Amino acid sequence: MLIDFFLKLKSHRLPVSIKEYLTLLEAMERNVIGPDINEFYYLSRTSLVKDEANFDKFDRAFAEFWDGVQAVPGIEAQIPLEWLLKQVELTLTEEEKKQIAAMGGWEKLMETLKQRLEEQKARHQGGSKWIGTGGTSPFGAYGYNPEGIRIGQDKSRNRSAVKVWDQREYRNLDDSVELGTRNIKVALRRLRKFARQGALEEFDLDNTISSTARKAYLDIHMRPERRNAIKVLMLMDIGGTMDDHIKLAEELFSASKTEFKHLEFYYFHNCMYDFVWKDNRRRHSERTRTWDLLHKYGHDYKVIFVGDATMSPYEILQPGGSVEYFNEEAGAVWVKRFTDVYSKCIWLNPEPEEVWPYRQSIQIVKELMNNRMYPTTIGGLEQAMKALAK
Amino acid sequence: MRFTGSADYVSTDDLTLAVNAAITLQRPLLVKGEPGTGKTMLAVQVAKSLGVPLLEWHIKSTTKAQQGLYEYDAVSRLRDSQLGDAKVHDINNYIIKGMLWQAFTQDKPCVLLIDEVDKADIEFPNDLLRELDRMEFYVYETRELVKAKQRPIVFITSNNEKELPDAFLRRCFFHYIRFPDKETMEKIVQVHYPNLKKSLLKEAMEVFFEVREVPGMKKKPSTSELLDWLKLLLAEDIGPDALRSKDRKTIIPPLHGALLKNEQDVHLFERLVFMTRAKGA
Ligand SMILES: Nc1ncnc2c1ncn2[C@@H]1O[C@H](COP(=O)(O)OP(=O)(O)O)[C@@H](O)[C@H]1O
Ligand SMILES: [Mg+2]
Repeated sequence: MLIDFFLKLKSHRLPVSIKEYLTLLEAMERNVIGPDINEFYYLSRTSLVKDEANFDKFDRAFAEFWDGVQAVPGIEAQIPLEWLLKQVELTLTEEEKKQIAAMGGWEKLMETLKQRLEEQKARHQGGSKWIGTGGTSPFGAYGYNPEGIRIGQDKSRNRSAVKVWDQREYRNLDDSVELGTRNIKVALRRLRKFARQGALEEFDLDNTISSTARKAYLDIHMRPERRNAIKVLMLMDIGGTMDDHIKLAEELFSASKTEFKHLEFYYFHNCMYDFVWKDNRRRHSERTRTWDLLHKYGHDYKVIFVGDATMSPYEILQPGGSVEYFNEEAGAVWVKRFTDVYSKCIWLNPEPEEVWPYRQSIQIVKELMNNRMYPTTIGGLEQAMKALAK
Repeated sequence: MRFTGSADYVSTDDLTLAVNAAITLQRPLLVKGEPGTGKTMLAVQVAKSLGVPLLEWHIKSTTKAQQGLYEYDAVSRLRDSQLGDAKVHDINNYIIKGMLWQAFTQDKPCVLLIDEVDKADIEFPNDLLRELDRMEFYVYETRELVKAKQRPIVFITSNNEKELPDAFLRRCFFHYIRFPDKETMEKIVQVHYPNLKKSLLKEAMEVFFEVREVPGMKKKPSTSELLDWLKLLLAEDIGPDALRSKDRKTIIPPLHGALLKNEQDVHLFERLVFMTRAKGA
């Protein structure tokens, strides 16, 4: 039963480990909770889920698990926790149990369970079978606690019982939802993590002094630089359709500025053409030639486009397609120049991923980017950073 | 040992349960949540209510894991040796015990708070894995193994600035303190101001939660700002009437500087109020 619970969480792609599962069992064994399903919910959450972004996923998995338990015919009583725990022991044979007792109890039990788990994974993959074979009533066998949670026939009562996991209070912490200001902080964390990779060494004065004093000869120490050597060139669309997203995107990256050694920032309109600009208000007087960009920033720069890629396909594919001026070469040619020069080159798209397939221009740009287009959800950002760090 | 909440701290059921899981299984409890949600206060209150000592290790961006174990003050020793100080012969004189060491050598179990762990370098938690797991470490200079007499109850707090390593997370219980809802917040206020008039509390809470709703705020006011603000309201003897208004959006609440600590937020807020007022006129 509890194994099914564990596998249920896994099937919802929650990153739970066996170590944490065993912690949960140990806590139950040591009576951290009474026979109360709410307490079981809290305990399993505190033991198994280590990121509030996953709370909502956990709630959904828990609800499914609980529905499955309730669906067992003939259950009119309570779900006794004791019974849940018994199921754990039931996965062991009598002989094993004796062995365990002889060899020193719980620790050993955990060990064996771990093996058992590995073995059982395959068998349980079906997932929805809560109660084992045989038709024996586990409740009859182990009794039930009159103070437990009511389930089954008494529908109205059941519904009035507050079920925390059904309230889905952590929905907005789920990382597949779109970035809102509240989520920006979390997203920055991912960027920062990315930023710390590839740090250079710098001279470590403190360590050198203390080590020299200790050893009585000059002993030089280096340490990874606090800021890293990663260079980023960011190109952001300020086209009309981007207005909704622009503030978000700017906030996101201006806040991460200090994390990178070099963060260069330019604007473009809808697609890449001959010119980009640094200050949007002076876009017509102070332009930078795109060729200069390609020459100035070496191919070790990582390039991040931010844009909704929403426009007429002509704007990408035709010379003269730009809505602003007559471009000699098609936007696609310019995008391709970037992907040729910069091997680490990605596109972040603030439009919801669901609409991408219905917008021809998004499909074209995505293809030009060799599919490296990601949504600006936290999950998407993470993937994007992974692609850049590869 | 079991934590059952305290008169000075409002603990929700799930938090109390997480604390007890950590106490019983002797594993660290990682507490996350926005600033001002009572993460630091929790450790203080648990120690107080269990009647055990509290050791606090406040982490800064420059803190190293080793500093929690011990530091060897080689420079002083070098200096003493040049001055011919007799102290120099005993290396123990130059070993400075860190918080973990102090916690490990308590006679009674104690509460150890590692506050704001996310301030340090991302490798910091990894560097403490073994020590927190086994509750022991080796002092190379004196060839001594320091082993916990009693496993301390460890609380670790994080403001979510950095991601923590998986290996570290797997060893902890985890609790995320959500920003309190109105009901919980009222309880918290009552803990601090038991004699506060109901009418003032009601109006103040409404203003507070409205201010938190203002979009685009850089730093939303939290529990501590609410408490500070109430203190000022009481000190200035401002009554509920001053907070009440038919259309609250058109007045700036008194002493709002205590709620909004960020100057930009104050401006934003004043501008918004001004705009709604202009529209209404
Ligand atoms: N649950 C609570 N019960 C009582 N007081 C609280 C609670 N949560 C917060 N506070 C008050 O808010 C202030 C800020 O709490 P603190 O522990 O410093 O927050 P954090 O460490 O999460 O930033 C504390 O001084 C405390 O008085
Ligand atoms: Mg704090």
